[in-house]
Amino acid sequence: MTAFPDAPRLTWKLSDLSETDLTVRTAWSGGVDRLWRTGTARGAGVRVCVLDSGVEPDHPEVGPLDGAFAVDTGPGGEPRIVKDVLGDTCGHGTACAGIIRQLAPDCELVSVRVLGGDFSGTGDALLAGLRWAVRERFDVINISLSTTRQAFAQGLRQLADEAYFGGTLLVAAAHNSRVESFPWRFSSVISVGSHGEADPLHLLYNPTPPVEFFARGIDVPAPWLGGTNRRCTGNSFATPHVAGLCALLHSSHRGLTPFQVKSLLHLGAANVSATPDSAPESAVPGRPDDRNGIR
Amino acid sequence: MNQPDPLIAAVSATVADSDSGHRDLLQSVVATARAIFGAQASSILLLDQSTGELVFEASSGRGENSLVGTRFPAGQGIAGWVAVSGEPMVVDDLSQETLFARDIAESTQYVPRTLMAAPLLHDEVVLGVLEVLDRAEGRPTTLDDMDLLAMFASQAAVSLALVQRNRLAQAVLRERGTEFDEVIRLVNALTQRMGPRRDAGLQLIAVLAELL
Repeated sequence: MTAFPDAPRLTWKLSDLSETDLTVRTAWSGGVDRLWRTGTARGAGVRVCVLDSGVEPDHPEVGPLDGAFAVDTGPGGEPRIVKDVLGDTCGHGTACAGIIRQLAPDCELVSVRVLGGDFSGTGDALLAGLRWAVRERFDVINISLSTTRQAFAQGLRQLADEAYFGGTLLVAAAHNSRVESFPWRFSSVISVGSHGEADPLHLLYNPTPPVEFFARGIDVPAPWLGGTNRRCTGNSFATPHVAGLCALLHSSHRGLTPFQVKSLLHLGAANVSATPDSAPESAVPGRPDDRNGIR
Repeated sequence: MNQPDPLIAAVSATVADSDSGHRDLLQSVVATARAIFGAQASSILLLDQSTGELVFEASSGRGENSLVGTRFPAGQGIAGWVAVSGEPMVVDDLSQETLFARDIAESTQYVPRTLMAAPLLHDEVVLGVLEVLDRAEGRPTTLDDMDLLAMFASQAAVSLALVQRNRLAQAVLRERGTEFDEVIRLVNALTQRMGPRRDAGLQLIAVLAELL
């Protein structure tokens, strides 16, 4: 969110170099590897929002939240944002928050419950929750859900674009079934599917999107309701791995734009090598020796 | 005329009580899903939008005799999440799970340790949830399992859509029943009779249609 401290003038074309500030606010080291991406960062100072089923307060594997909100129905039937009193209605949101904490233990974490409780509408609540979170200018918003309703696609797309140029990263889970849904389908978000590797930092870039990245999404240990934990499977649980990685990138390289973060994720992906013909390093599918191993 | 007229068959399927045929289809889906995954139980739940509840429509395996017709709120629990979010989920070690419809699970003396649940999506809308409980022990979850579950869910969604369409048609006929009672009786009579009487009946209807 510090990428654009002052709202810039709209720049439609680069006709006058003298009046256009092209200073890039982040240094470029020239190389990206896992250490560059994560370093010793723990996510301090990065604001992460989890749009989900809520997060259980004070779960030992999640810790204290920096805020908990919910979408409910206002007097006129319209969705509105209120303080959340229910916590998690399912366990799903607690699992996502816990996975982010595993990667970025010091990040600020805010929950927005968009499903469960009395509000069972999907698209309206998702839209209202996302609008609030984008305007709160979080650094990273984890969205491990989607809507299949075309009617919400345009509104979500506009919010995704607003977030992208406002410096907020939307990290969204691809649908687990072969169906169209939103917002993961948009190019302005970071979309995530699952791979079966057990390494939480193992990231794969998909050269044939719409799903752009794959992260750990099978048998993921994660916190669940009642202070317990579970092993969870699905793109929902791959997504917070990438959200956590984004938080680490933000905390070690402040001021990155969503475009830059996406580029860095690509450059640091396990199946992307410095040169196309670099020597194989391992036999794990999806790693540099098996460039076609991406599913 | 040895084969029923397709048009008559279509009309009779809509107005006559064909719910049991569709129920058989749902039952077949859960029985097959259960066998493929080597699971203890599998169920199809319908999302009742009017009450915000999930209703067991078909069940195979443990609890199958008591579950059909049972309702619980869709706002909580894993099946509820899958129904309102439209996303499938696989969660293992549910023994300590507090919100997985535990009241229902315990009423059947059965609390599952693992659960796979997928939304039944049809025309952008979630109609319900397919659940597979306690798949074969020691079998780790794979991405292929998710795909297989999604395939069964697609099949179940089509079946459930047919059930709902049929029920809607019947509800409309019930509401305006007096208007169509005789038509329904006529269709039922035609589908139950074969041979010359049926042919004669059809001819009579044709004449009536011309007169109208």
